[in-house]
Amino acid sequence: MTNIRNRLGSLPWVWSFVGAFATWLVTLVVSAGQGGGQVLTAALTFSAFTVLVSLGQMLVITSGPGNVDLSIPSVIALSSAVSMLVMNEQGAMIVPGILAAVAAGAAVGLANYGLIRVLRIPPIIATLSSSLITTSVAITIGRGLKIKPPDAFANLVTGKIAGVPLLAILALLAAIAIAIVLERTVYGRTVSAIGQSRRVARLADLRVEWTRLLTYVASAGLAGLTGALIAGFAGGNSLDQGEEYLLLTIAVVVIGGTSVAGGRASVPGIWGAALFMFLIVTMLNASGIPPGLRMLFTGLIIIAVIAIGGGEKALR
Amino acid sequence: MSRQALFATAERLLPAITLGLLLAAIFTEQPRAMSYFGLNLLLSLAIPIMFATLAQMMIIAINDLDLSIGSYVSLVACIGSTLLTSQPWLGALALVCGIALYAAVGALIEWRRLPSIVVTLGLSFVWLGLAVTLLPTPGGKAPAWLSGSMRAQPAFAPLPIYFAAVLSLVGWLVVSRSSFGVILRGAGGNARSVARAGWSLLGIRMAVYGMAGLLGTISGLCLLGLTTSGDANLASRYTLVSIASVILGGGSFIGGRVFPVGAVLGAMTLTLAASFLTFMRINADWQIGAQGFILVAVLALRAMLSRGREAA
Amino acid sequence: MNPGSLAPAERTRPAAPARGSEVFVDLRGVSRNFGAVQALRPIDFQVLRGECLGLVGHNGAGKSTLMNVLSGTLNASAGTITVNGADLSGRYDVRVAHHAGVRCVFQELSLCPNLTIAENARIAHPALRGIGWRKRAAALMQGALDQVFPGHGFGMGDVVGEMPIGRRQMVEIARAFTETEDEARLVILDEPTSSLDQGAADQLIAAARRFAAGGRSTVVISHKINEILAVADRVVVMKDGTIIDDRPRAAWTRDSIVEAMGHAAERIRTTRVTTATADTVVEVPSSGSGSLAFRAAKGEIVGLAGLAGHGQTDTLLAIQSRAGGAKVSGEVALVPGDRVVDGVFPLWSIERNISARWLPDLTQGGLIRLGSERRKAQEWGARLALKTPDIRDPILSLSGGNQQKALFARALGSPATVILMDDPMRGVDIGTKQDVYAMIAKEADMGRTFLWYTTEMDELYYCDRVYVFHYGRIVKELVAAEISEDAVLRASFEEHA
Repeated sequence: MTNIRNRLGSLPWVWSFVGAFATWLVTLVVSAGQGGGQVLTAALTFSAFTVLVSLGQMLVITSGPGNVDLSIPSVIALSSAVSMLVMNEQGAMIVPGILAAVAAGAAVGLANYGLIRVLRIPPIIATLSSSLITTSVAITIGRGLKIKPPDAFANLVTGKIAGVPLLAILALLAAIAIAIVLERTVYGRTVSAIGQSRRVARLADLRVEWTRLLTYVASAGLAGLTGALIAGFAGGNSLDQGEEYLLLTIAVVVIGGTSVAGGRASVPGIWGAALFMFLIVTMLNASGIPPGLRMLFTGLIIIAVIAIGGGEKALR
Repeated sequence: MSRQALFATAERLLPAITLGLLLAAIFTEQPRAMSYFGLNLLLSLAIPIMFATLAQMMIIAINDLDLSIGSYVSLVACIGSTLLTSQPWLGALALVCGIALYAAVGALIEWRRLPSIVVTLGLSFVWLGLAVTLLPTPGGKAPAWLSGSMRAQPAFAPLPIYFAAVLSLVGWLVVSRSSFGVILRGAGGNARSVARAGWSLLGIRMAVYGMAGLLGTISGLCLLGLTTSGDANLASRYTLVSIASVILGGGSFIGGRVFPVGAVLGAMTLTLAASFLTFMRINADWQIGAQGFILVAVLALRAMLSRGREAA
Repeated sequence: MNPGSLAPAERTRPAAPARGSEVFVDLRGVSRNFGAVQALRPIDFQVLRGECLGLVGHNGAGKSTLMNVLSGTLNASAGTITVNGADLSGRYDVRVAHHAGVRCVFQELSLCPNLTIAENARIAHPALRGIGWRKRAAALMQGALDQVFPGHGFGMGDVVGEMPIGRRQMVEIARAFTETEDEARLVILDEPTSSLDQGAADQLIAAARRFAAGGRSTVVISHKINEILAVADRVVVMKDGTIIDDRPRAAWTRDSIVEAMGHAAERIRTTRVTTATADTVVEVPSSGSGSLAFRAAKGEIVGLAGLAGHGQTDTLLAIQSRAGGAKVSGEVALVPGDRVVDGVFPLWSIERNISARWLPDLTQGGLIRLGSERRKAQEWGARLALKTPDIRDPILSLSGGNQQKALFARALGSPATVILMDDPMRGVDIGTKQDVYAMIAKEADMGRTFLWYTTEMDELYYCDRVYVFHYGRIVKELVAAEISEDAVLRASFEEHA
């Protein structure tokens, strides 16, 4: 008995899938069984964006208490504009456009790390400061930009294989890759190590600073990639495309079972929580609840989920 | 004294120096700002931010973070512009309930050992939802007594200066000097030992969240008094601004290191930063970015000073 | 502060506990379970007034559990607790204990690092409030520090977190002796001298004796048998959660205590046959006037001695990061002594904790080979006699001594040829120590170099050479035959120009 409890306790991400599944069932009941498949397709597509950015946020949060990347929305705004500018509606420029978007994100990630390291400021403040500057850059280059994504790119990001959105497959592959990185590479182990204690990691001769740098670059780079994909999906860039991902990524990472205190990541939980968060909104929409109450319920559900499933054992 | 002490002093005075430099730059560019009314205009919006910053500081003192303070301040403004005007007693009751809810959330966080970031993240949706339900579109009207008192023009110095002085003094007395403040900061520094000495962490956390709720309530009322009408998104920026102000004021996220006077100065600095850009006639696109640059500049200065202190 | 409580006694220790024979604390049938584990079997335990009680036993013998129950931080699963004649069972907690005069100085530091010395007194004393509490708190701590550690040199406004660990422990100990409306009648010192240098440790022993002479009681837990013999009126030995022996001081000898704890003679003092070779592998230039240069050869065990916190750890860290002109040939690995702060990854299994230092060598094509990781970790666990049912269990499921073995495995299993040890035996039981001493000698024989900072005199006899540190400088070099407690102490306390 205690054994099973321990097992479940060590797999906190299970709860996010249980929640997602329950929410989907309720949605089906509310809509009298209509459109369960479409809901699932939409959930997979939109969750794919959430998963991609949240994977980066997860790496950052795992790298230590107080590590959060607040620059994600501004990076999405910047990189979606950059990708559209570089692609400039030409099919041949799709790959350079995506690469440019990732590079723009990586540059912001580098700046984030630079601020943390050189100014010795908490990551929250560093990424907040850089997001303010990045937002201004995005406004400057993105204002009034009316470039459509090349058709091939738009078709690609909205495409499906056997009914499964391509984006969802991409996000799944990304999740698997990150899971392997965390478990089986020196970098991944070091992320978990510095999340538990930077001092202990340094004394064990692990490459602390290099790992932190890679982590911030990876987070912003993934946000950069997502920015390009969102622009392709939405038929062009706009400045507020990333706004919702500030709070959403943090919620997804934590509901998915990653420890906010650092050191313990949960990749499957990212998928479970991303689906869960999308399905909640769908469910409440389907029930015809007014927007105010919808937000209220979303908030209460986040609190309830974390209170029931995510109680941290006293570590300190 | 020693060079080390010199650097340490400079570091402590940095929030004040920053504010002074910013004011000096504004006065040079726009000498007319250096008047009773000019200062009032520049700083009046700092009043609610100061309260929100102190609310955030209370939470940060015990190693938590409040991502809901901005939407809570908005909610208070919405309650103030609707219920408080039409049914004052019901409005007052709603505000008291808000503070009680804050304390209850503190209790929940302690009881279940939850990460405050996530709980307050969820809470921010709750406050926002309530605000939107109460006031779906911007509007409403502040009670006359409230807007009247925020327009007050006291002798010698404009209202914001009085607020800043009183808040600094009270904050310093309660958090830095009082025996209660020691327990509070102690819980941030080493919660386990504070608990082991027989203090109730549940009580401490409830008190801290309750006080944050109270300060957030005052912040919302002051903001409403200034704007005279409510909006569910009126103060959404306060969450990040309040965090930045606490840090500008010399505080740290962990370890119970917070400085009320610095936090008040930090709040004024960030408020002025926005006005400063207008005075400097910077392209509107760059206003947000320039705030970022000022934040970075101040933190860079602090890093230099603390390195100087270590080297000395 | 009761002015009489720590005043020097006019006479030496009482031959027989004349007036102190009345019982101050009386535990009857007290036990404590953690789930299915019985950490404390039902035991009876008394502390008399004016008595200094020594409590010894291996790690995991139940000493700390017993003291946690006595100080109110843990509830007893069963039994009665009577303090000063009043039956407090059922409502006993930290506040009640404090009010009854029972204080505990815990092994891990329990001060708030962000607060000043005076503010930390406030945490312990609810009565320090109202107007002028700061002055009263400062006076209280000043008085206690003056009494226990004369000449301490603390300022009451000093922030605790900015002091070295030994100094912090002094503050912590002094705080336990402070009195407001709550008197200090029984002070429990759990490994009080683990971070103290010899001078401060001697001051503390003297203070504990004076305290007892004033009719108050102390319980001292220590792995340092000499300390127990110096301070205690009565020595209680614990093993497997119960008391197995209880005799007055006079009935004990060093050997009999060690024997009672369940180990044969603690060590046989043989002079080590050196395995040092001629190749120098570590060199640190002199750090300034009057300081000797530091060097170590392949296969050599070099001790870093002197009072605690006089620059030994800094030297080791400089060697690890090759800072301060340190020249090192070959890889370096560190065995930390402060497990919580410097050593353990608390979320990881034993296996991952062990392999953390080896990861680059386990990697093939960018991926860690999980199979060899497991094999190698198991192998090293076995070589160090690490006691665990499964190497995949959490590291925190191990006792302190076994956690320390995992940290040794982390360093010794790495390809490093120079092993730095930062006082790694702090709070470790004798059994673990013997296992590790043997391993060190064997590894040195195979060509590894050990740089060993230790605060335990006995451990210096395992070294080929010893450098004595004093205020950040190396003031003396002792080679094998010259190494003695006396020589080290003389070098540590000499006035060095």
